[in-house]
Formats: sequence, C-alpha cells, structure tokens
Amino acid sequence: MGKIKLAVKTPRIDMTPMVDLFFLLLVFFILTATFRPEEAAPIDTPSSTSQTPIPDSHVVTILISKDDKVFFNVDNGSDTIEHLRAKILQAVGSQYQIKFTPKQIKKFVGLASFGLPAANLPAFLDAPDVKSREAMQVGIPIDSLDNQLMTWVRYARLYNSDMEFAIKGDGAANYPVVKKVIAVLQDNNVNKFNLTTNLKKVELPTDIVQNK
Amino acid sequence: MAEIVQEEGHKGKGKKKPKKHGTHIDMTPMVDLACLLLTFFMLTTAFNKPKVMEIILPEKPKENEKPPELDKSRALNILLIDHDKILWYDGLADPNKTLPVLTVTDFTKDGIRKVLLQRNKALYAKVDRLNKDVIEGKLKITRDTLESRTKRMYKEDKSGPIVLIKAADGVKYRNIVDIIDEMAIANVARYTLVDINPVEKTMVKNFRK
Repeated sequence: MGKIKLAVKTPRIDMTPMVDLFFLLLVFFILTATFRPEEAAPIDTPSSTSQTPIPDSHVVTILISKDDKVFFNVDNGSDTIEHLRAKILQAVGSQYQIKFTPKQIKKFVGLASFGLPAANLPAFLDAPDVKSREAMQVGIPIDSLDNQLMTWVRYARLYNSDMEFAIKGDGAANYPVVKKVIAVLQDNNVNKFNLTTNLKKVELPTDIVQNK
Repeated sequence: MAEIVQEEGHKGKGKKKPKKHGTHIDMTPMVDLACLLLTFFMLTTAFNKPKVMEIILPEKPKENEKPPELDKSRALNILLIDHDKILWYDGLADPNKTLPVLTVTDFTKDGIRKVLLQRNKALYAKVDRLNKDVIEGKLKITRDTLESRTKRMYKEDKSGPIVLIKAADGVKYRNIVDIIDEMAIANVARYTLVDINPVEKTMVKNFRK
C-alpha cells in the first residue's frame, strides 16, 4: 500500500486585490491631504464648546504665541487669481518705502504666517533656509508708536472688505497683548471676529441637570 | 508574494521546445512602498478643521459721542483675576456709596456657569413655555419656525444680564476664551470686554486682604 503523496507546493496567495485596495486608498489620501505650511510658532489653542468650523478662504489670522509675539497670516483668496498676499505685501511695502523683487513676492506667497517688522521683510524673504528665517521672527510691532499690525489689517481689509478675522492665541498668552490686538481690530471697524479654539464638551451645573 | 506569473502550458507530446521562462515581476518593493505611503498619508491627514468661536463686540463710541447708558439693574460685572479665579458683583460700583460685595467663583461647571444660567432663568422659562405649547398642540407652528423663534428670543432678550467682563493684570488668554464660552453656553446675548476701573481695582485689592 502506497501512501498518496501530496505534492509539496509553496502556498501562493494572490495579493492583487490587496494591492488594488492599497493603491485606491493611497490615491484617496493623497487627494484629500491638505498641505499645511508650517506656522511661525507652535500655538496651543484653548478649548471652547463652539462647533463652527473656520471658513475656507478670505481669513486673516492673527497668531499670538506663548511668549506674546504677534504673527500675521492671510490666505491667498478662494482663487489664486486674486493674488491677495502679493497685493497686500506690495501695499504694505509701499507704505514703509520698501520695494520687493518678484522673487521675494513669490517667496512670500508660498509662506504662511510671519511676524517681524516690515523693514526686515526683504532680508527675511531672501533667507536661505527655515532656521535663519525662524531667528528673524520677533513678532509684529503693535506699540502705539509703531503699530504695524494696524497697517497689515488695514490693507487686508482694503483688498477684500469681506475678510474674516480670526485670533489664534496660545492659552498661556497674556491678556494685555490680546487686548491690544482686539483694539487694532476695533480701530479698523472689525467688531465681529473669531477666536480659534479646540472643541470641548458642555457640562451643565449638577442641580440644573437634575431639574431637567 | 505578489507577482505576475504567466502560466505555461507544456503538456503536449510535441517536440521539445526550448523552455520558456514565465515573466516574473517581483512586486514586493512596490507593495512595500505603497503601504508606506498609505500609512504616511493616513497619519498626516487631519480631517477635523479647527473650530472658531464668533465674538461680536459693541462698536466703539465715536469721539464726541456719549457711551450708551447702562441699565444698572441688569449689569453683572465679572472681574477676571490671576490663578483662574473670578470675582463678580451686581450693578455698578459707585465710589461714593458702599461698595458692592464681591463673590469669588471659578471656571468649573458649578462656578460662574451656574450664576449666569440663574440670571437667564426668566428667558429659559419663556423658551420652555413656548416649547411646551408646541408639544401640547396649543400652538401650531413648524419646527423651523420654532427654531428661528427661539433663536430670536435668545437674541432679543430684554431680561437677561448685561455682562461686563473686566480682566485684571496677569490674566491669560485662556481665561478670556473660557469666559466668552460661558456666555455662549448660558445664552447671554449682551456682553462686552471692558477695562477694569480704579474703583474695582481697589475692590480686588481689599478682597485679597
């Protein structure tokens, strides 16, 4: 009696469907990924119970870091043809008698938030790498003597009167700076603005919950 | 592994053909890479956008314009001080009269939130009554109308407190966001951020003693 010999075969798994799925997911994630340019300073926003998402475009963001530096950011508009950033930069430049080369303007359009006196902007835009740029970010001056944030806000509003304003402050930033920023907005007749926050749950006082 | 194998049929008894090698493409590296990229994009994608809290402040009075008169009976003053503490008092502090008593509270759910919800009780009762009428069938309106009417009631409220938020030195931005959030939770329609005045400064100072 001879045993039936089974042919020893290395098992072969057909991986084609798995690979198909991988690529499908990969394409999906690549397309949905939004490229987020690096912010000038790490900001840990406080939490609120508000659920409104931030608008997609035409948003001016004023960032306040933990060490009370003020940064400014404006998006390029809903359509790149608007060239909002380039226009605002040139307008602010002419205010402070600074001429920007096309290369510098191009660089500025690609950057995100920034915080430095306007006079240092050309050097900032010519800086070779992120490290040297980082060292120049000392915050936008908002003293009453030299209130450059006012200029930025004014020109941002000039090129688009429907601009939404958002203050994105670190939870540990000091109130006097926030007050100054709000004063700048109010001086520009911006009385409705947004505070960027994280989401948290609403909790009601114990006895009110019990009564309901 | 993943590979393309071309089947070869060599059963016949025909002439011995030179052995054909099946086209063998090893797909392992490609799959590895796809897997790696997939993981990267999955981890870096942020689906939830940051949230914003809208705040509408009253317009600044013009140079030669008098600031609007405030109804004393509705005024609620909230003084924010350092170490996440809140002091509050009713009405207006008049230096010529006895100063109002400060009450200390904090940002927990049984703190200032309770005070504000208590103040807005009349409004909540009104909204509850409207809801009850609709449920019991006394009032026949659609759900949308009810919603917009409730919203309007919150907005045009004439009985709730007028909150004046005053922040002392040493207050963090976090506290400001928290207190404005409290206003939203308690549906306080009227509030503003104002500077702390000298009378209140002494009140805080006396309180700390």
